[in-house]
Amino acid sequence: MQNTIYQKLWSQKIILSVIFLLLLLAPFFLSDFRLNLLGKFLAFAILAIGLDLLWGYTGVLSLGHGIFFGLGAYCMAMYLKLEANAGGLPDFMAWSGMSELPLIWLPFQYPIIAIALGIIIPAVVAFFLGYLTFRNRISGVYFTILSQALVLVVVTLFVGSQNLTGGTSGLTNFETLFGFSVNAASTQTAIYLITVLVLGVVFISCRKLVKGRFGRVLEGIRDGENRMRFLGYNPSSYKTFIYTLSAAIAGIAGMLFVLQVGIISPTMIGIIPSIEMVLWVALGGRGTIIGPVIGAVFVNAAKTGFSESYPEYWTYFLGLLFVLVVVFLPKGLTGLLDKWKDRRKKQDARDSVEVEKSYS
Amino acid sequence: MPETVLKLKKVIVDFSGFKAINQLDFTVQPNNVHFVIGPNGAGKTTLLDVICGKTRATNGEILLQGQKELSKLSENQIVHQGISRKFQAPSIFANLTVEENLEIAMKQKKNLFSMIKAKWTNEEKNKLEEMLELIGLTEERDQEAGALAHGQKQWLEIAMVLMQEPEVVLLDEPIAGMSKKERDKTGALITKIAKDRAVLIVEHDMDFVKEYSDIVSVMHEGQLLYEGTMDQVQNDPTVREVYLGRKVE
Repeated sequence: MQNTIYQKLWSQKIILSVIFLLLLLAPFFLSDFRLNLLGKFLAFAILAIGLDLLWGYTGVLSLGHGIFFGLGAYCMAMYLKLEANAGGLPDFMAWSGMSELPLIWLPFQYPIIAIALGIIIPAVVAFFLGYLTFRNRISGVYFTILSQALVLVVVTLFVGSQNLTGGTSGLTNFETLFGFSVNAASTQTAIYLITVLVLGVVFISCRKLVKGRFGRVLEGIRDGENRMRFLGYNPSSYKTFIYTLSAAIAGIAGMLFVLQVGIISPTMIGIIPSIEMVLWVALGGRGTIIGPVIGAVFVNAAKTGFSESYPEYWTYFLGLLFVLVVVFLPKGLTGLLDKWKDRRKKQDARDSVEVEKSYS
Repeated sequence: MPETVLKLKKVIVDFSGFKAINQLDFTVQPNNVHFVIGPNGAGKTTLLDVICGKTRATNGEILLQGQKELSKLSENQIVHQGISRKFQAPSIFANLTVEENLEIAMKQKKNLFSMIKAKWTNEEKNKLEEMLELIGLTEERDQEAGALAHGQKQWLEIAMVLMQEPEVVLLDEPIAGMSKKERDKTGALITKIAKDRAVLIVEHDMDFVKEYSDIVSVMHEGQLLYEGTMDQVQNDPTVREVYLGRKVE
C-alpha cells in the first residue's frame, strides 16, 4: 500500500518534470509567434493557480481577479512606458495637456520598484477588501458580488482618469526593457523562459502549501466554515491570507502578460476577462493545482485555434465547449482523468480477485 | 464536592423578546456525565449554544474554572479555552478522510502561520492511533468520511471533539438515529471519556439517560426546573406535571 503511494507520487513527479522540460525547450521547436502565444497562456496559467487556491481549495469565488491581474500589468506597463520615452512624458499625457510627470508615476521610473509594486499593490488591495469582508463574515455569493463591484469601480476609475492611465486605449507602444528591445526575438525568448520558471515556482510552492495540513484546513473552511470555528480555527484570517496571496500571484501574471503582449487596457481586466479566468479553473478542474494550468492553456489555445480557423464562429465554439464541460465534466478535465484512473483501479482489483480465485 | 468546571450566572438569551434562556444559574462538575432534558423549546440546545459561543448571552456570566469569562470570546477562542461541542447533525468533513478529519481537529496551534509549518510529531501520531482505536475506525482511516455509516460518522465527530482535549464536552443528541448496538457503544464511549472531563449532553431518549447519567437537569421555559439523579427526577411531582401536563394537552 505504502509502496504504491510512493510510486504514484514518483510517477507524478516524472510527468511534471517532463512537461516542465518540454516547456523550457519550447523555444527550439516553436516559431516566435507560437512561443509568444504559449508564453501568454502560461502567464494566464499562473493566475489560474492562484485563483484555484481561493476558489477550489478555500471555497471563495472571486469574479474580480482581472483587477489584480490588471494592477500588476499596469505597474509593469508604466515602467515600460517611461523607459520608452526616456524619462520624458508619455504621449497620452502630453495629449491631455500635462506638462509634468504626475506624482504617482514617479516610483515607476525604477524597474525594481515597479516590479515590487506590481505584487504589493494587488496584495494590499486584496488584503483590505478581504479583511473587511471576511471579518464581518460576508461570504458566499455576497462576496462574489462585492468582487464584481470592485471590477466596476476600478475599471471606471481607470477609464475616467485618462491623463493618468491612458483611458480606454490603455498603455502600449513599449520599446525597451532594461535597455533591450522588447519586441526582439531574443528578449521575448528570455521573457518566455522567465514565465516558465515563475510558473514552476508558483506551481511547486502552491502544491506544497495545499498538500500538508494547511491544505486540509482550507478544504475544511470550504466545506464547513462554521464547523471550523468550533474546531478552534478563525476562518477569516485564512481566507484573507489566501485572497491576498492569490491577488499577488495575479499581479505577477499581469506583469508577465504585459511584457509579452505589449499592451494593457481596461477591457482586458474588466468583468468579462474576470469571469473567463474562473472558467479556466472550472474547465481544468478545481481543487487541484495542475487543473487550472491545463484549463488556462487549453481554453486559450482553443480560443486561438477557433479564431484562426473559423473567425466567424469561434465564439459559438467556445460557448459550446463551456456548456459541454459544465454539463458532462463537473470536475473539469482532471476529473475525467481521475474517473479513468478509478475505473482502471477497479479493473485491477477485479483482476486480482479473479487471480486469487483461480489459485484456490 | 469536586470543584466546578463551568458556572453560568443569571444568563439570559433574548431572541427579540422571547427569552430562550431566562435568568439561568447552572453548574457543571468534572468527571460527570451530566444530561439535560426537558420538553421541546425548554432551551436545552440554546444552553449548549450559549456556552460554546454560537449564540451570545444577552446578560449574565459564563465562568470556566471559576475565573475565565467566556461570554465575550469568539467561538474559536472558546475552543482553545477547553470547551468542545458536537452538533446534532453529524458535521464531519465528508471530502476528507477519517484521519484527515482527526488531524485538523487535533489540539494544536491553529493560527495561520503555525498551520503552514505544521508537521506530524510522534506524540500526535500516537494520539491519532489511540483515538482511531477508541472509536474503532482504525481500518477505515483512509476512507472518505462521507462514506461512513451513520453511527461511525457520529463516533468520528465525538473523536474530533476529544482530539481537542477539552475539559468540557458538549453533545447534542449523540444517539439520535442509532441502532441499539450503536447506542450501547456510544454509551460506553461516553462513560469512558467522562473519566477525565465533564460531559454535558442534551438527550430525549429517557432510557439512555437513565442508563448512563450521573446527574440530570430538567429545563423548562428557559429555566432550571429540577436537578438530581434520574431516580429523583422521575419521582419529582413538578417534573411529572411539566412532562405529563404537556402530554395530555
